[in-house]
Amino acid sequence: MHRIQSDANRFRQIVRGKVREELRKHLGSQELIGRQGKQVVSIPIPQLELPHFAHDPGGRGVGQGEGDGEGQGQKAGDKPGKHLLEAEFTVEELAQLLGEALELPRIEPKGKQEMEAQKSQYTGIAPVGPESLRHFKRSYRKALKRQIATGTYDPKRPRVTIARGDRMYRTSKKKPLPQTNAVTIYVMDVSGSMGSEQKELVRTESFWLDAWIKSHYPSLKTVYIVHDAHAKEVDRETFFRIRESGGTVISSAYDLALRIMAERFPPEDWNLYLFHFTDGENYSRQDTARCMDMLNKKILPQLNLFGYGQVESYGTSGDFYDALHKEFPDDERVALSRIPNRNSIMDSIKTILGRGR
Amino acid sequence: MIPLPQELVDAQARIEDIAHEFGLTFFPVVFEMVDYKQMNALAAYGGFPTRYPHWRFGMEYQHLSKSYEYGLHKIYEMVINNDPTYAYLLEGNTMMDQKLVMAHVYGHADFFYNNMFFAHTIRKMVDEMANHATRIRRYQDRYGIERVEKFIDACLSVEDLIDPNSVFQSEARTPAPSEQAAPEPAADGIGRLPAEPYMDRYVNPPEYLEAQRKKVAEAQEREQRFPSRPERDVLGFLMEHAPLENWERDILGIIREEAYYFLPQRQTKVMNEGWASYWHSKIMTQRVLTDSEIIDYADHHSGTVATSPGKLNPYKLGLELMRDIEQRWNRGQFGPEWDSCDDLAERANWDRKLGLGRAKIFEVRRLHSDATFLDEFLTPEFCQEQKLFVSEENQRTGKTVVATREFEQVKQALLFNFTNGGRPVIELTDANHDNRSELLLAHRHVGIDLRDDWAREVLESLVRIWKRPVRIDTTGGGKRIRLGHDGKSASETHLDERAAS
Repeated sequence: MHRIQSDANRFRQIVRGKVREELRKHLGSQELIGRQGKQVVSIPIPQLELPHFAHDPGGRGVGQGEGDGEGQGQKAGDKPGKHLLEAEFTVEELAQLLGEALELPRIEPKGKQEMEAQKSQYTGIAPVGPESLRHFKRSYRKALKRQIATGTYDPKRPRVTIARGDRMYRTSKKKPLPQTNAVTIYVMDVSGSMGSEQKELVRTESFWLDAWIKSHYPSLKTVYIVHDAHAKEVDRETFFRIRESGGTVISSAYDLALRIMAERFPPEDWNLYLFHFTDGENYSRQDTARCMDMLNKKILPQLNLFGYGQVESYGTSGDFYDALHKEFPDDERVALSRIPNRNSIMDSIKTILGRGR
Repeated sequence: MIPLPQELVDAQARIEDIAHEFGLTFFPVVFEMVDYKQMNALAAYGGFPTRYPHWRFGMEYQHLSKSYEYGLHKIYEMVINNDPTYAYLLEGNTMMDQKLVMAHVYGHADFFYNNMFFAHTIRKMVDEMANHATRIRRYQDRYGIERVEKFIDACLSVEDLIDPNSVFQSEARTPAPSEQAAPEPAADGIGRLPAEPYMDRYVNPPEYLEAQRKKVAEAQEREQRFPSRPERDVLGFLMEHAPLENWERDILGIIREEAYYFLPQRQTKVMNEGWASYWHSKIMTQRVLTDSEIIDYADHHSGTVATSPGKLNPYKLGLELMRDIEQRWNRGQFGPEWDSCDDLAERANWDRKLGLGRAKIFEVRRLHSDATFLDEFLTPEFCQEQKLFVSEENQRTGKTVVATREFEQVKQALLFNFTNGGRPVIELTDANHDNRSELLLAHRHVGIDLRDDWAREVLESLVRIWKRPVRIDTTGGGKRIRLGHDGKSASETHLDERAAS
């Protein structure tokens, strides 16, 4: 029955195609956010049908029975167009779809150095070990061999006794596992001018960035930094919920990011990504100048990619974008994008991830 | 496939003998044991182990698998009209279930073998389907999966545009007598009645001549039209006349052949299930069941014939109507004497002890389809006893409520559902519409409009096949309208307004 499987796969392919076509619509969906890896997300798409000439369903039909009581009013078929098909995808598959829809290049890990992770696998065998790991077949074989060798084995009465010395145990062996390490650092401006709508944009965009990068680095680590006039590291929950108020000193965040990188993620071992979301209004020109200097001298040399997304609050737009644009007109490592509204998330993602770094 | 265990082989032999004793006739029946995955796959393929590759089978399979996993349904049995008749048993069912299914299957097998609507179906369909699959696979290899699939989709959209009355026609479509020899019009082109010159004014008054002239002109126009008479077998017409590549023509032919093969099953759903249920009940309760199985049997059987609100159960309706007919003919409740009797007490106790019931239902299963079956044998008493009703959606509340239990209305609604499978009747009226090789269809409107969005999509599919704009005349919202599609966009014109302007 492998035939039905290939038809089912073809159907799934078509569904996938439909979702990909409408990905822009689903991208903003709140339901997706907060899911990870293998978790399944169901996306409703219109039922695939082969149309034919049909009567307009008028709601007239023939029934049998009392016709009242519970269940009355349940019609066999509902109105057309309401049928929804729930297509199920894991977040990984969605990331793949995103890649296909935006024609994103695969990420090339920086440098050759690969971290050696170790993984234990129970492939070995040893004469000692805990009883729970006893290998019955091997123990039995050893006992049988011993009995044959000592002539105590009687084929007519084939009874094998496993002695203490016959016992064999499974044992773990360490297996080196090549792995590339990556860390993404999300920096978000939480000053008074960033409203909940802006945070929602950031939240959605970083979910997709995360999904895509994660599909290239299975062991992706994430760091969240929020800042107003001061910066601090927070966990994921806080990152999206927090609301501070006050001025904006962007350099404070870059300072913190640099410190974290130096302490925990030395660039020779790590692929580093830094994404910065803000409304682009910095406290002073001097601070902006300082930021450019930091980026240029200290931060960028360590990074694979610096992504900058500028959300717009209440129609105003800060000038940090322009400053960056002026400073790094065509630096490969810097991706600048504006996110004025929900619909531009796709384009922003494309800009940031379109470089395959 | 899992080989049939000996226990079931014995059961089959026994049930087959009993079926023969009851007078059932059939092709050899072959049972195969399958697991639920295979069963779902077979069900998705309409019972055939080999069908051509198409996504809708995969969709159906996914749907069936999921609803099986959630415990929403279980397919106990499947049987296909073929020689030999293949039937599938679900592995892991109880012995009682398997015997019940077997008895049921022999009912179906007899129906396939004897009902006249199945007389023209291909009886080597398993092989034929496998051939179709091979051909379509070959086309996919040569022309690309997507291209072939798109064309199949287009064909499937019109697969129901075939002639349901084809059973009554011979294979080759011979021209009607009127086409063979059209009467030559008189010299002046008008059918002038012979009359003495002095009487001519009175025998052939000007109004009459005018009417005659019109008639002749119409007849001539009809002569030139192509096809000369409205064609129900749109698929057949397209196959012969649409500008198609050879592989496309072949695929259209395949879809048409399969549509004609499945047609009688759509036309006889109620009878077929009723007949099979009648026989499983008869065979099981009278001959096969052991004492210990009776409760399980009753449970299973009542599940099969259970009614639920808003849905008509063909098993139940068919079974009850078969039994009603048997009883009426046993007691002689038919004929002019019965019809003219209006004494209720007398009617209730009417029994002429004719014992013709069994013979009658055998005849019914041979000659009828659902539409004629219900038309002929539905009685007011039956309607009342079975609590049939017409349901209607209340416009204000949006709830579906019982509209009426009145016999005539119930019968009419039922017949509407079973005429042409409840699908609208569509004819091809002109293949050279406006003298621009456009295709013109006509919908025989019977009170319900066409579903608009689908109609447009179907027209688009037809353009894909016909390569020229396609239109259909129908009625929408009480007005005569013409829907059209030219491959790029859909159009809609009001026929009455156009005529007026």
